Amino acid sequence: MNKEKVISFPHLGDYHIPFKFLLTKLTNYKVIEAPPITKKTIELGSKYSPDFVCVPFKYNLGNFIETLENGANVLMQAGGGCRYGYYPEVQEKILKDLGYHFELLTLSDNDSITIKSIYHTFKKIDKRIPLYKMVYYSLLTILMIRYMDNIDHYIRLNIGFEVEKNSFIHLKKEMLTSFSTCKGYFSLTKRYLKYKKKFRNLAINKPDNCLKVGIIGELYTSMEPFSSYFLEKELASMNIEIKRFTNVSYLLYQKRLQRRKNLRYINQYCKYTIGADGIDNVYRAKYLIDQGYDGIIHIKPFGCTPEIGAIPIIRKVCQDGKMPIIYFSFDSQTSETGIKTRLEAFYDMLKIKKG
Amino acid sequence: MSKIMIGIPKALLYYKYGNLWITFFEELGCEIIVSPNTSKKILEDGIKYSMDEACMAMKIYMGHIYYLIDKCDYILVPRLKCVKKHEKLCTNFSALYDLVSNVFDTNLIHYNIDVDHKEDEFYAFTTMGLSLGFSYRKIVSAYRLAKQKEKLLKEREISKQKVLIASSTKIKILLAGHPYNLHDEFIGKQIEKILEENNIDIIYSDRYDDKYLEEEVKVISKKNYWTFNKEIMAAISHYQDVVDGIILITSFPCGPDSLSNEMILRNVKIPITNLIIDEGNSDTGLLTRIESFIDILEERRKNHE
Repeated sequence: MNKEKVISFPHLGDYHIPFKFLLTKLTNYKVIEAPPITKKTIELGSKYSPDFVCVPFKYNLGNFIETLENGANVLMQAGGGCRYGYYPEVQEKILKDLGYHFELLTLSDNDSITIKSIYHTFKKIDKRIPLYKMVYYSLLTILMIRYMDNIDHYIRLNIGFEVEKNSFIHLKKEMLTSFSTCKGYFSLTKRYLKYKKKFRNLAINKPDNCLKVGIIGELYTSMEPFSSYFLEKELASMNIEIKRFTNVSYLLYQKRLQRRKNLRYINQYCKYTIGADGIDNVYRAKYLIDQGYDGIIHIKPFGCTPEIGAIPIIRKVCQDGKMPIIYFSFDSQTSETGIKTRLEAFYDMLKIKKG
Repeated sequence: MSKIMIGIPKALLYYKYGNLWITFFEELGCEIIVSPNTSKKILEDGIKYSMDEACMAMKIYMGHIYYLIDKCDYILVPRLKCVKKHEKLCTNFSALYDLVSNVFDTNLIHYNIDVDHKEDEFYAFTTMGLSLGFSYRKIVSAYRLAKQKEKLLKEREISKQKVLIASSTKIKILLAGHPYNLHDEFIGKQIEKILEENNIDIIYSDRYDDKYLEEEVKVISKKNYWTFNKEIMAAISHYQDVVDGIILITSFPCGPDSLSNEMILRNVKIPITNLIIDEGNSDTGLLTRIESFIDILEERRKNHE
């Protein structure tokens, strides 16, 4: 009996839209999204996870369980980087022991994501996908991610100063639905330009000397708002301009291009790379100091090894540059009130410092 | 000219490469100071100088560095990114050099191994020797000798363990974990002491001949890529037929271990217990857990007879 294949993948911010687009265009599988992350997801995930594994593992596992309950039988996981590269095997083992039947595909090969490994993964799904189609849609998806990130960047700078409440979020939702139905490069770019213009026309009330804060840290907690307890939203409500470096287009190609430059920029602190985003974050801290930002927020899941290696160095950089910095470490048990209180205290301090 | 004084912290990779380093520097004619066994004072200093979320082994390491400052000209802080092709280590090992140089103000020797980028162990030793001002010929001969001695010492330990396994009739427990956890005064030695008091033979996972490593790892995990964790997995699958039980030692919150342990616990067929040690550990709690584990093993043996 040949059952219909239903493919699904874990959540990461809004990036489920381009990824779903890619899968529907390339394969003839039915693509379903994992249910949105809620408290229940993380409870399910923590229940079956090892004790002191980092939080993204628990979120991913929770996503998988919920989507398997909804009828998925092929799962996708990215892999690569630090501990993340070993997620797939452990998650597969845990879920199989729980009695689910499925197939797990990984985009990475061994420990890093390369074009070759992605190609092999899609060949595994369907041997008949022609190469030109794969290249066409992969590049289209990458372009879509890039456009999304560009818009996100603009949103982050201005969302704290919107005149009409929630206008940015509504427009973004509209844009994403419009993106997901695009047909090719031309229509995508046309839509992007249209929405870019719309965003620029949204009324904002931004003073010249507003507070500017940079968010640095581990990638999953930076990109998945639920895992950082909607930190960015909180900051926006305090009328702060936000700069965040990590996004998927950064991870996909910018990172590789910038590595040497970054290391040269901070050569008085670091001689070698640390692994994952460690060195990038030291670079960002120095960059934010040089650009005259008012404060830095460093976020990471509890026990994130690369960041633990980087934090003493970042601390030194910030001491030398007299830059206020606050560290948040998220776990499945973190209290939301605690975060809010600390954030408010940090905000007050920045405000007094600015005068 | 007075001799160069080199400090080697007795923590982390010392337990793996210690013999190699000491012989190498002795052959070159340097003076060596190795920090003493971990004491309460060293641990407290380490906690003071490290991040609160760093793993226990790292905290101990920082304590040892603090002890060595002002006692020597250079401190050997290795930076290991990758020691086998297409494999990785915990990122702490690649951050170690920069971390120490930012926290403490002291002279460090450059010792960098990154096989994926064509910097192997021999290259690391030559650059290290040259930076200290020794001739190339002297360095090569010292490295060869050190390598031979390291191999000899390791083989001796392994054969000793083989004899023990063949001759012993007592209950045998495999202590599995990273060498720096197994042999540290505050982590592994505590457990060792309790086991010895209970008249039990101890087998160590780091005394293992890695000839068939790749095949033996596959029993537990097919995709693991951390060199040190693969060694533990291979040792466990190698020894699991000859021992009665396994104690898996982890320092809290070790990154690679958090996932690898899950695979080990789910794939091993004999009794196994996982002891997670951190600086706030109570001795009594440890004692109770180990004793009850031993009771289980004794019962099992009786039933089999």
